Amino acid sequence: MSLSLLSRGEMQFDQLLQYTLSGLSTGAIYALIGIGFSIIYNATGIINFAQGEFVMLGGLFTLTCLDLLKLPIWAAVPCAVVASTVAGLLFERLAIRPLKAPTPINLVIITIGGSILIRGLAMLAWGKDTHSIPSFSGDDPIAIGGATILPQHLWILAITVIIIIINKYYFYYTISGKAMRACAYNRRAAGLVGIDVRRMVLFSFLISSAMGAMAGIIVAPLTMTAYDVGVMLGLKGFCAAIIGGMSSGMATVVGGLLLGILESLGAGLISSGYKDAIAFIILLLILFIRPQGLFGKADSERV
Amino acid sequence: MLRLKNINTYYGKVHALKNISLHLGQGEIVTLIGANGAGKTTILNTISGVTPASAGEILFNKEPVSALQPDRIVKLGISQVPEGRQVFKPLSVEDNLELGAYLRYRSREWKATIHKDMKQVFELFPRLEERRKQLAGTMSGGEQQMLAIGRALMANPKLLLLDEPSMGLAPLVVQEIFRVLERLRQESGTTILLVEQNAKAALKLADRGYVLETGKVILEGAADELMENAEVKRAYLGKDKKEMWER
Repeated sequence: MSLSLLSRGEMQFDQLLQYTLSGLSTGAIYALIGIGFSIIYNATGIINFAQGEFVMLGGLFTLTCLDLLKLPIWAAVPCAVVASTVAGLLFERLAIRPLKAPTPINLVIITIGGSILIRGLAMLAWGKDTHSIPSFSGDDPIAIGGATILPQHLWILAITVIIIIINKYYFYYTISGKAMRACAYNRRAAGLVGIDVRRMVLFSFLISSAMGAMAGIIVAPLTMTAYDVGVMLGLKGFCAAIIGGMSSGMATVVGGLLLGILESLGAGLISSGYKDAIAFIILLLILFIRPQGLFGKADSERV
Repeated sequence: MLRLKNINTYYGKVHALKNISLHLGQGEIVTLIGANGAGKTTILNTISGVTPASAGEILFNKEPVSALQPDRIVKLGISQVPEGRQVFKPLSVEDNLELGAYLRYRSREWKATIHKDMKQVFELFPRLEERRKQLAGTMSGGEQQMLAIGRALMANPKLLLLDEPSMGLAPLVVQEIFRVLERLRQESGTTILLVEQNAKAALKLADRGYVLETGKVILEGAADELMENAEVKRAYLGKDKKEMWER
């Protein structure tokens, strides 16, 4: 009797560990996408609802590089990132910059429209099928305690950590990154010291489409990819950014991880049918109760 | 050096500047005085390209600059110290100054010149050197004003536009800042266009002045003449004490 209880307890612990670990890696993906949202938002005040599409493009361009161009994976990934980034830059140049009256509502409509357009083009180019991409280094599970993870999970965590470190370095130790923070804090003053604000906007699109694409690539071997994966991933990333108070730093990373873990626990312990609902309940709760984000101070110094 | 010809600027439907014409000679300190809403700040922002003029012409060293973006104008040598200081509060003092020299960071001598220039700023405002690693937002108003001026100087401007540098500051700090402006003119021959509510201090420092009212220049002349002008005395100088008391 007591033995069976113990083993049941152990099993539950293993399960929890399992959910947490897989939640961490999806959370890392959300974090990357969320940081992309925040970077553009901070530099421009735009919520770029097309952000998810660059996640999708990352995965599908990798597919093309692998299948059509027969590139090895280590070459296909950077190629796909570059291709998606070019798409991001074109999007800014063709859809965002020409706008005569860049009011928030116009910009929101434009990014939603852009997102639908990119998705449509992707559907024409890659079809409606779901595609799979091979894992970066095999599929032999690795045991951690009573749980198992795939090598791809480790890739996701490692690449996320690297990207976050590069990001931190860029924003705090390079003049261009400091200029972007200055833009985020006060665009007018940034212009007055000679920072080309429009170029910084373009830069923010460059960084966040590259990050989005990278997220899309590293997650594709686990979840498969298709022309429409960007919608849900984009919204989850947005949710992570909201939890993090639209910060482009650690708060959004924590937001993403938290979201990933809660989602995974909810799916495992309650029902996987509620997986997506959990994210949006959190989103709504945060917006109602703490619109400045989970860790944000309630100041509105952004002008 | 700088010449505004019949400048008209609108804020939406508000006609903020009506046929403004003014000029600054090399090495001059010129002040714009006038009540709130007279258009002083708008003149500076129109020169800086933040609120472009809808009609008229701005010439800087005989070249038209009215259609340029703010960053291009800084590149030509016109820096503005904006109203309310507007330092980058989440960044350190050093980072703020570094960003002041943003336009030069591509040049090869960047590292060397920026340190030299930063030293000069620290020499003008020793307080900033003590706080170089501190976040700008944690400093006092006076220190932030010094930083804002220092940041503008990092661009090596030929013309410095200052918008109400004395706003909300203790009289001692104001004195210190005005002394630095005086020094700038003497040592580096910087031309200064100064917008001030504190008309007395501004006219004491300046060579010439323009008096603005509801978007128009109503009076111009040498600073000491304006100081003696009955109208100016009544409207702007006599009020000074009361204004300070009101704050």
